[in-house]
Amino acid sequence: MIRSLLIGVLAVGVVGTSYWGYKEHQEKNAVLINAENTYQRAFHDLNFHMDALEEKIGSTLAMNSRGSLSPALTEVWRLTSEAQNDVGQLPLTLMPFNKTEEFLTNIGSFSYRVAVRDLDENPLSDEEYETLKNLHSHSNDIKNELRKVQAMVIDHNLRWMDVELALASEGQPQDNTIIDGFKTVDKQVEGYSEVNWGPEVTQLNAKKENLDKNIKGKKLSEEEAKKHVIDFLDIDPKAKIEITTTGDESKYKAYSVSIENKDKKSSTNLDVTQKGANPIWILMDREIGEQKLSLNEAADQARAFLKEHDITNMTISESSQYDRMGVFTFVYQQGDVAIYPDAVHIKVALDNGDISGYESQDYLTNHHERSLITPTISRDEALDQVNPNVQIMDEGLGVIRNDLGEEVLCYEFMGTIEKETYRIFINAENGREERVEKMDGTEMNYDTA
Amino acid sequence: MRKAFSILKIPLVIGLICAPLIMVLDGENEAGAFSNQIIQKGATGTDVIELQTRLKHIGFYTGNVDGVFGWGTYWAVRNFQYEFGMDVDGLVGPDMKAKLAKTTKYAPGQGSKSPDNSQTNQSKPKDSNVQAKNVPSGYSQNDIKLLANAVYGESRGEPYEGQVAVAAVILNRVQSASFPNTVSGVIFEPRAFTAVSDGQIWLAPNEKAKEAVIDAINGWDPTGEALYYFNPNTATSGWIWTRPQIKQIGKHIFCE
Repeated sequence: MIRSLLIGVLAVGVVGTSYWGYKEHQEKNAVLINAENTYQRAFHDLNFHMDALEEKIGSTLAMNSRGSLSPALTEVWRLTSEAQNDVGQLPLTLMPFNKTEEFLTNIGSFSYRVAVRDLDENPLSDEEYETLKNLHSHSNDIKNELRKVQAMVIDHNLRWMDVELALASEGQPQDNTIIDGFKTVDKQVEGYSEVNWGPEVTQLNAKKENLDKNIKGKKLSEEEAKKHVIDFLDIDPKAKIEITTTGDESKYKAYSVSIENKDKKSSTNLDVTQKGANPIWILMDREIGEQKLSLNEAADQARAFLKEHDITNMTISESSQYDRMGVFTFVYQQGDVAIYPDAVHIKVALDNGDISGYESQDYLTNHHERSLITPTISRDEALDQVNPNVQIMDEGLGVIRNDLGEEVLCYEFMGTIEKETYRIFINAENGREERVEKMDGTEMNYDTA
Repeated sequence: MRKAFSILKIPLVIGLICAPLIMVLDGENEAGAFSNQIIQKGATGTDVIELQTRLKHIGFYTGNVDGVFGWGTYWAVRNFQYEFGMDVDGLVGPDMKAKLAKTTKYAPGQGSKSPDNSQTNQSKPKDSNVQAKNVPSGYSQNDIKLLANAVYGESRGEPYEGQVAVAAVILNRVQSASFPNTVSGVIFEPRAFTAVSDGQIWLAPNEKAKEAVIDAINGWDPTGEALYYFNPNTATSGWIWTRPQIKQIGKHIFCE
């Protein structure tokens, strides 16, 4: 009796477990299929967008008037961004596909720049036409390679989940058809270096080199740099200081310094340039106590810090309080002109006024005395260019970097429309509206926790 | 108890000094609750609430009384200074406070009569009426939270500098041509961050991680514009070793 009862209970148990297991398996499969479908969708979308891109670039080659060229190039710009979006959803992050993504971005910024230009006044140049032709043939190559991969995926039911697995397994040769296909595409794009993108695109990649270029002086040794740091931060020469050099292959030429201060329970880290040991950034880490200083007093601390280190003629362009930190942006003031590219950031702890952070990469990269032109248009002429709905509250002169990455002297107008504040830069040479910014920086607290 | 008294003492003393002064100027008004700081743009706290309430009272300020000295408040202050023949510098010093006290009414607590009281931060009763926050231009609080989640999930055991570095890498990727153009696009790119793959991104981040994110957004980049980083002990991709390395911070190697 007991035995048959036991058998009954066990039988029910076995049936129950297998049912549960089957359900789990089903659910797992559903999740896997769902993930796989997301990948498949992104992949096929990518192919569609590359097809459309090639076609659109091709049709621009036969166009001549602004009326049809501008919309077509805008379409190219949109398609590149769609295609990039698709790439961003595929598990390609840790494999060589970045050349292709860069290529897409460059097509995008090139076509945008030409599309928004007044083509009646400034038609497509011969070089630009040549560039377009190049782009067409390259996008054609990419399209064809991708089509090959797509055909294989469809014919052989290849799964992107297997790509994930192949990429995750370390060391093994990654003999995955999809991966190989994408690698081939990227190899091909690598060979397209001869494309002439124009000034804007080359600008993008040059920041680090410029940092090294703009700093004069001779390269210091680690020991010499250490002395400079001790001097700059005014610390005990016997403090425990570690210093390392950044990688040889990197364009970022710096020494990284780390200082422990056991008494204050704080540590300070900073990078200094190898030439002249100028601090690129400083971060101090310690617990911040109750707020004792106002933001205004903190600003005085920041000013004193700059003065102490001979960084002169700096004015505050932004100040914000984040909990118990004051963060300030200073820009260089040459005469009565604010030079926005020459900016430093300073962070002040509001408990005792310590400078807890300093950042001067932009300043070091850009700073020099500029020979400023005198504005060719008057202040009133510039004001005529500003939207009449803006109520002007403040104005001045400023140098900013425009869309093409060139420094331009501008009339700067601050004004409001209703409750919003705007900053408008009007080129002082030709009256072009170089930049319009909506100024925000405060937000309602949405914390629900 | 002693401590509570000493904190109370400061406003009390100021109050005692100011009270007769203001009563002479205008018998109707109570002594202002302004502390003696000079209030400048970007400041937050109860002083700003009082400032906004007072400016709103006489119609100079039309925005919300949110406790953050933003652009709206700044223009209101400047207009006030202009109308009353003071130096137009946007700084609220003793002169301006006295003028404000003379021309406007303020009862502490007035600013908090908004329906959003449930949203106020209860851990800091001092600023409980402050209903807004400064955010770096171009980013919302939710962007900052998402970034803080990623930074915390990826690098909570790292030194502070290493956390700023992780945030900086994410932001460098947003800028970079070879990555998606949004914060969420970069964070959720498949296989980009292990913390996203294994769900650690959904751990609640601490204040350090948030601070690191704000520093990175404000321009601090300890990595020398790195786009990748990896932990040499657990890296699963051979390809990552071929990238030019910039430096090591904590356990992470940062590369271009």
